[in-house]
Amino acid sequence: MAAPAIDLQGVACTFVSKDHPGQRYTAVQGVDLSVGAGEFVSVVGPTGCGKSTLLNVAAGLLAPSAGSVQIFGEPLTGTNRRAGYMFQAESLMPWRTALQNVMAGLQFQGVAQAEARTRAQEWLARVGLADFGDRYPHQMSGGMRKRASLAQTLVLDPDIILMDEPFSALDIQTRQLMENEVLSLWQAKKKAVLFITHDLDEAIAMSDRVVVMSAGPASHPMGEFAIAVPRPRDVAEVKTQPRFLELHAAIWGELREEVLKGYAQQLKKA
Amino acid sequence: MWNLIKPRPATLRLWQLGLLVLLFLFWHVMTRPGLIPPFMFDNDKQAAFFFGEPIKIFGVIRDWFFINADIYQHLWVTLAEIVMAFAIGAAGGLAGGLWLALSPMASAILDPYIKAMNAMPRIILAPIFAVWFGLGMGSKVALGVTLVFFIVFFNVYQGVKEVSPVVLSSARMLGASARQLLRHVYLPSATSWVFSSLHTSVGLAFVGAVGEYLGSSQGVGYLILQAEGSFDINTVMAGILVLTAFALVLDEMVGAIEKRLMVWQPKVGETEKL
Repeated sequence: MAAPAIDLQGVACTFVSKDHPGQRYTAVQGVDLSVGAGEFVSVVGPTGCGKSTLLNVAAGLLAPSAGSVQIFGEPLTGTNRRAGYMFQAESLMPWRTALQNVMAGLQFQGVAQAEARTRAQEWLARVGLADFGDRYPHQMSGGMRKRASLAQTLVLDPDIILMDEPFSALDIQTRQLMENEVLSLWQAKKKAVLFITHDLDEAIAMSDRVVVMSAGPASHPMGEFAIAVPRPRDVAEVKTQPRFLELHAAIWGELREEVLKGYAQQLKKA
Repeated sequence: MWNLIKPRPATLRLWQLGLLVLLFLFWHVMTRPGLIPPFMFDNDKQAAFFFGEPIKIFGVIRDWFFINADIYQHLWVTLAEIVMAFAIGAAGGLAGGLWLALSPMASAILDPYIKAMNAMPRIILAPIFAVWFGLGMGSKVALGVTLVFFIVFFNVYQGVKEVSPVVLSSARMLGASARQLLRHVYLPSATSWVFSSLHTSVGLAFVGAVGEYLGSSQGVGYLILQAEGSFDINTVMAGILVLTAFALVLDEMVGAIEKRLMVWQPKVGETEKL
């Protein structure tokens, strides 16, 4: 069997406060998680359980305190060159137009200007922004900015796509459109996707597999559910299928307790 | 009638000019001998002696530029000093700010030195610079550089520190090398800070040029110094006005460049009334 796209073994991340070295917080501990090539895996969990930490580890932006990270069977050093990352917050460069933003990655790789422009324009068209290439991020709506960052990530044709609640700031209609867009793009290219979300509906509707994280600190995966719902799916329609409802009930049963735990801990801290 | 000239964007220049005229008119009325009876001084010549008279000041400026045409060499020297001080100080501040912001260890080591140098009253260095670099342009440029450098330096430092971490991570994930990060993320992100500092620096570059005041053989500062030696307040004021006008021109130029480079910044109220 081929090596998985992402393979985390025994990963732990402990953050030390810079001002008070005595204060440490272990966000995740003992995390074993792997994403096969072409697999769509979602991670759900209560707030503050270190989902984004895991993603940053997989991206190589954050070195784990312990454990190993392997990308296609090779240990990860530095940033993950084979992965594209879609951030939760605004990640477009405000001083570049939409087109220039999509071109950025190609420029960094040294692709010729003219070719970069053509490929970026293609991707802008694919996410429905063909006529908005000359807009600056502040001139676009939130949904358009998200689509531009999607194009920015995917134009590089990464083998792994990391997504950190990419649609959480969008309204429900735009969100469903974007989810379907991502699904159809994924269907066509079959990349490995690690998708972080707090929205269980979204996770089930989109993924092959849903991983449930326990409440922090020292959060770790505590359950895995294979989503055996046939594809292609439509995120709105799939939610009415009985299989979807069963899965939702099962996962929620496990998640509920953790969410309450996480909530209680946050109350204690406050 | 009022609606026609009410302060609004279109009449902005008009109002600014009107205010200037009013200011000079007030100055004229208060200082012109014999126009109004003296109420502060013993006789009506004294106000003119202490504050100068606008009409005579404009006369001096006219002589400088058109009749004798003898200011150009002085103005040239002074402006050259200012522009050099401005360019060297800004470039140095930009490079220093980028370097220290990106290497935390160097920044930590140099921190007290930078603060000490910035806290030092640098005008007092003028005589020392005169000893080091002579009475020519060098000493004035050096003084201007010390003033401009720190303003730009601190702003660039701050600007680089405030780069959005998400944008930075995103650029790294897109494969940007350290050099590309500097060129495509840190620099553009710091530009708005750089420009706000450049506006402040223009004024300080002019302060530097007044180093001429402490010893020189040419420049507008030298003209002012000479006039002051003979209590010629009108010429002193004329020199100040000429320098101020050129400071405004330089600031406008910085503003024009800023406008070109900062098109990506959101502006408030971009809607148009139909």
